[in-house]
Amino acid sequence: MIPTIPQSRAIRLAYGAYVGLFFLYLALPLSIVAVFAFNDSQFPSLPWEGFTLDWFFGDARPMIGVFHERPILRAIGTSAFVALCVSVLSVAVGLSNAFLFNRYDFRGKGLLYILMLLPLVIPGIVLGISILVFSSTVANGLWEVAEYDVQALRPGLTLVILGQFSFIATIATLVISARLQKFDRSLEEAAMNLGAGRLTAVRTVTLPFLMPAMVGALVVAFLMSFENFNTTLMLVGSDAPLTIAMFDRLKEGSTPLLNAVSLLLMLGSSLLALMVILFQRRS
Amino acid sequence: MRASTKLGFILLLTPLLLWLSLLIIIPHIDMFLVSIRERVGVREYETSAANYLTFFQEPLYLRTFLRTAVMSVLATLITLIIAFPVSYYIAKIAKGRLQAVLFVLCLIPFYVSELVRTFGWMILLRETGLFSNLLQWAGLADRPVEMLYNDAAIMIGLVYTSMLFMVVPLVTTMESLDDAVIEAGYDLGGNGLSVMREIVIPHATPGIVSGSIVVFMLSLGNYLTPTMLGGKDSLWFTELIYSQFIVRFNWELGAAFGFLLLLLSSLIVWGMLRLTGQTLKETMG
Repeated sequence: MIPTIPQSRAIRLAYGAYVGLFFLYLALPLSIVAVFAFNDSQFPSLPWEGFTLDWFFGDARPMIGVFHERPILRAIGTSAFVALCVSVLSVAVGLSNAFLFNRYDFRGKGLLYILMLLPLVIPGIVLGISILVFSSTVANGLWEVAEYDVQALRPGLTLVILGQFSFIATIATLVISARLQKFDRSLEEAAMNLGAGRLTAVRTVTLPFLMPAMVGALVVAFLMSFENFNTTLMLVGSDAPLTIAMFDRLKEGSTPLLNAVSLLLMLGSSLLALMVILFQRRS
Repeated sequence: MRASTKLGFILLLTPLLLWLSLLIIIPHIDMFLVSIRERVGVREYETSAANYLTFFQEPLYLRTFLRTAVMSVLATLITLIIAFPVSYYIAKIAKGRLQAVLFVLCLIPFYVSELVRTFGWMILLRETGLFSNLLQWAGLADRPVEMLYNDAAIMIGLVYTSMLFMVVPLVTTMESLDDAVIEAGYDLGGNGLSVMREIVIPHATPGIVSGSIVVFMLSLGNYLTPTMLGGKDSLWFTELIYSQFIVRFNWELGAAFGFLLLLLSSLIVWGMLRLTGQTLKETMG
């Protein structure tokens, strides 16, 4: 069934309708979340009580908007901090891995490559508990040997960052490797023939070529970290990132405040995605 | 190797080895070690299979485990069945701009946190939700209908959440199928069904396998969707792990559960790769 093969009108219409329904299904939950952010009511549900912006800007009870709700703002800050650390770390390690797998042949390369892919097929919650168990084994060991308590090894932001990094690094590696494979090595050799050292050649020729992939990996890593839930849930301490903070509120019952936060999240991530698309089109 | 090449090699190898050993391999070995010890007194432990025995002797644990596995397989199948025609449409029927737009439209919902997506379904399905109101308005129900907190709601959420991971690999593999091959199939006397069965599906197999693996993994390891849409009795295995670790503080049993979940997911992923003759490297990398 392709356009060049004649099909009966009824089948084509039915097929088109199915695809239309599919996109309606995709759009429905998100649009409903967005719409109810403007409902002038205590609950994100019908009846519609009128349009309001109070869930964004309101500063008096019972309608305190996002921009006046301290805990939510703090959680957004925490998430952004974690996401920044995770994405920078992942891109750095991903770049190093990409060069390693692309430029060197060594014994055990195949095995290491498989191991590198493994984090993608380990459930996030298992990654979380294994890191939790191991870090507290180390922390307890250090306490028994040296009576020294390493706070970083107890549930908290350091562990959250490490936990998210443990699988996001794989994605960064794959994204950067894919572009490095398309690179023409003779360009680097040309630079070296023109008198550049190996490092200079990589810095001035290869890295600029990899830049779109690195920016892409950075943004994807940032978004994945920002919206990660499973791994974070097991490793979180007292500073909750946004997804955890919202989850806790949702358990207690929801107000349109959560819709407002969600709408901001949607806008934020679409903006980031758009920036990447524009950036990649330009280069 | 020359000395400078060797230095470069070691510098590039170190981060990889540190990452894989300290965050993946050793933690999992440690988790296994914790799972095979039994607490016999204050800070005294013995090696034993007690935690695994508990799992097999307590019907609730075993039932939850099997239920999670079956529901995840089901969610994977439903996702595949829904996604396949749409992916085919994007890859083979839509052309030019429409194709690009449809593909991006598929991606957008997944830039948004899973929490937001689940929240959206809660607003739609709950007693005071949109669907319930719609039914009453249409006269099909005379009082609010609760559609949340059942298995169907969990299934809707799981399928929705993992749709992207099925659509993207399917579209990518089907795009690489030359239209001429499909036309040849028709020229040789095939009809829509036989062309689908003999040409399109075999060609799309790598995409089907990698999509299914990812969707299965995501469903099996999902915590948010079953808890939020399934309510207290959703009986998802990740909830047991969470409650052993965080609520009951029984890390030994929790680690055993975690190890069993890992075992199950590895087994199914391995089985799927084996069945279709693929390797992890070509499926994921």
